[in-house]
Amino acid sequence: MTEATLEVEAAKDSQPSQPATTVTFAKALNAALADAMESDKTVVMFGEDVGPLGGVFRITDGLTARFGEERCFDTPLAEAGIMGMAVGMAMNGMRPVVEMQFDAFAYPAFEQVVSHVAKMPNRTKGKVKLPLVIRIPYAGGIGGVEHHCDSSESYYAHTPGLTVLAPATVRDAYTMLREAIRFPDPVVFLEPKKLYWSKETVDLEELRESFESSDSPQTVGRAVVARAGTDATLIAYGPSVPTAMAAAAAAAVEGRSLEVIDVRSIVPFDDETVCTSVRRTGRAVVIAEAPGFASVASEIVARIQERCFHSLAAPVKRVTGFDIPYPSPKLEHWFLPSVDRILDAVDELQWDER
Amino acid sequence: MTISTGKPYEGSMENQDRDSQDTGPTAEAYMLPSAQPVRLIDPQGSHVHNDKYPLPDGELLLSSYQKLVVGRRINDQANALVRQGRMAVYPSSHGQEACQVAAAVVLEKQDWLFPTYRDTVAVITRGVDPLEVLTLLRGDWHSGYDPHEHKTATQSTPLATQLLHAVGVAHAAKLKGENTVVLALCGDGATSEGDFHEALNFAAVFHVPVVFLVQNNEYAISVPLKNQSVAPSLAHKAIGYGMPGERVDGNDLAALLSVLGKAVDRARDGGGPALVEAHTYRMQAHTNADDPSRYRSQDDVEKWVPRDPITRMRTYLRQLTVLDDDGEGRIAVAAEDMAATLRNGLNTEPEVNPEDLFNFVFTEKTSQLREQSAMLREELIRDAALETVEP
Ligand SMILES: Cc1ncc(C[n+]2csc(CCOP(=O)(O)OP(=O)(O)O)c2C)c(N)n1
Ligand SMILES: [Mg+2]
Repeated sequence: MTEATLEVEAAKDSQPSQPATTVTFAKALNAALADAMESDKTVVMFGEDVGPLGGVFRITDGLTARFGEERCFDTPLAEAGIMGMAVGMAMNGMRPVVEMQFDAFAYPAFEQVVSHVAKMPNRTKGKVKLPLVIRIPYAGGIGGVEHHCDSSESYYAHTPGLTVLAPATVRDAYTMLREAIRFPDPVVFLEPKKLYWSKETVDLEELRESFESSDSPQTVGRAVVARAGTDATLIAYGPSVPTAMAAAAAAAVEGRSLEVIDVRSIVPFDDETVCTSVRRTGRAVVIAEAPGFASVASEIVARIQERCFHSLAAPVKRVTGFDIPYPSPKLEHWFLPSVDRILDAVDELQWDER
Repeated sequence: MTISTGKPYEGSMENQDRDSQDTGPTAEAYMLPSAQPVRLIDPQGSHVHNDKYPLPDGELLLSSYQKLVVGRRINDQANALVRQGRMAVYPSSHGQEACQVAAAVVLEKQDWLFPTYRDTVAVITRGVDPLEVLTLLRGDWHSGYDPHEHKTATQSTPLATQLLHAVGVAHAAKLKGENTVVLALCGDGATSEGDFHEALNFAAVFHVPVVFLVQNNEYAISVPLKNQSVAPSLAHKAIGYGMPGERVDGNDLAALLSVLGKAVDRARDGGGPALVEAHTYRMQAHTNADDPSRYRSQDDVEKWVPRDPITRMRTYLRQLTVLDDDGEGRIAVAAEDMAATLRNGLNTEPEVNPEDLFNFVFTEKTSQLREQSAMLREELIRDAALETVEP
């Protein structure tokens, strides 16, 4: 298909602007991909089952039909191959967006990610940029059997050169994916599976216009206060944000005012938003699904203690997954951070001593 | 696979010069697969003669046929249990039961089987307790049986990774002087993974007794084989690694028993690894979570109905008169017994011990895990107390 026919196809399919409606997280991601592909002909989407099937989570639904097989296609079943080919395509002027089918099935691609995706710009002193996005449905809470529920963010966050994003709301799902695709460096884009079916009332057209009217990132490197509060700060990202919000709501009933920060950009990390809040509340709990040992949660705690020590009324606590392989479906409820565990941690923040 | 002696291929790199003067068999002559998939019983139930592959005897065919019928019943029952919410997920091998049964039947007790998520029927046919097998897909634990007890590895989900483990088990067996053959299973899609290629190369270089069986069911979830490989066949890949490849009608139990049996014998005699591609078809969805109407038509599926592995075998065995009404009755009872075992077993909730979460991560629990385990125990005691206070 030539460039010209691509444009005709795209114009034919472009939707008239729609008012705010109920949109799922999955649909917002799908719209972000479609809008990105429409506005930039170098954006290509590929992976396993992303073509006619539309991805096992339907995030690429309709993209092959709308943009053609050259722009959204299935590859042979090989994650290292997908990742390595994306590197080459990015070197030659494209903006590949690849889908790893599940968190744990991205591991065959790990060598390409850590040895090349993360290092290429640095190795070449910026002469070779890799503007690519690695989309990964991630984390648990969906009753998935082994290898389908890993929280793998720490592996990526620990690898210098990778920008690591994890949206938690429908609006962010759209905006952050668009920013990721436009970003000059490689982005690991973590999509919390259990939020795919969550809904919000949003106007996708308005989100598109707002994104396209500005060149500077609104979400990369920026945490957001998801709920304002005064007594303590809950810090979460991705799948743990709704749990933190529920905990804050429950605490409010008991007369305790908790602020919730949605980190959303793990790398780069927004020290300022987090520390501003913690300095004000004096107490913090970090919540994440991943095993806590040597994790993103540990990093956040360390940063807060280094920067906010004199404002803290209690040591910063963590509520994380246990340091065990992700459990089987019948046991996962014992593993996941829960409202109760968060409230317990908050209770332990030395309230009597103040 | 015409060479059944234990002699390694002599045309390896170092022998190339000498070999070019040889009048012995060329690599192509015995490493390339048959022009057509080997078939011994056609879909109408008639025997097709094959010079290389003799028909297994009636007794073996009859006992294997029974396993085929039981295997189909396992698939049907497991699908039903998923619908009833008794299992988390089930990748059905409906239509592929002949491959599953043959893979288990050609092995001796001391041999090893390396199955995938789709090979539940093979694992049960091998003799592993069906309820222990379904532990994974029911969602109680990651694997329910002891791999050492049955010389059957855990069902592997990360594609093609188990093939290298199979090579390792075979290599160790060789070093230890054991009489062990390893049969490793994977799908057509998995042949695209790097691990598949590494496994075949390692197996050939170390000349270990592994038989790789690819169940080519034409799909990897939604992706048809033509998007996976443009090689003349998947079996052709064998020659690139220096091992024989063969292809077989994957819905023909007799042909599978003969072709796999020969490859296993050859491996046992020191002949080295082999690759067998079974041509079959995934008759049902990838798993219950899949919607195949998005990528293939029901008409395409229907084309495979007349090639069903059970129908042709039954017709053939009835003609042979080794199978009669009584025999069919007995087989039907065995199948129903298996279904009842699955139903009864899965309708009772197993006891799960929350401390198991921490018990097996390391040989000895770290102090961190001891702490976390104690925390969970306290939580559960507190929750139980709350439940009795406010019912
Ligand atoms: C490394 C890896 N990548 C992706 C997946 C997800 N996945 C599970 S089954 C499957 C298709 C496999 O197709 P095939 O090998 O033909 O086996 P079949 O399911 O047809 O038996 C995919 C992509 C996985 N399990 N492991
Ligand atoms: Mg397949």
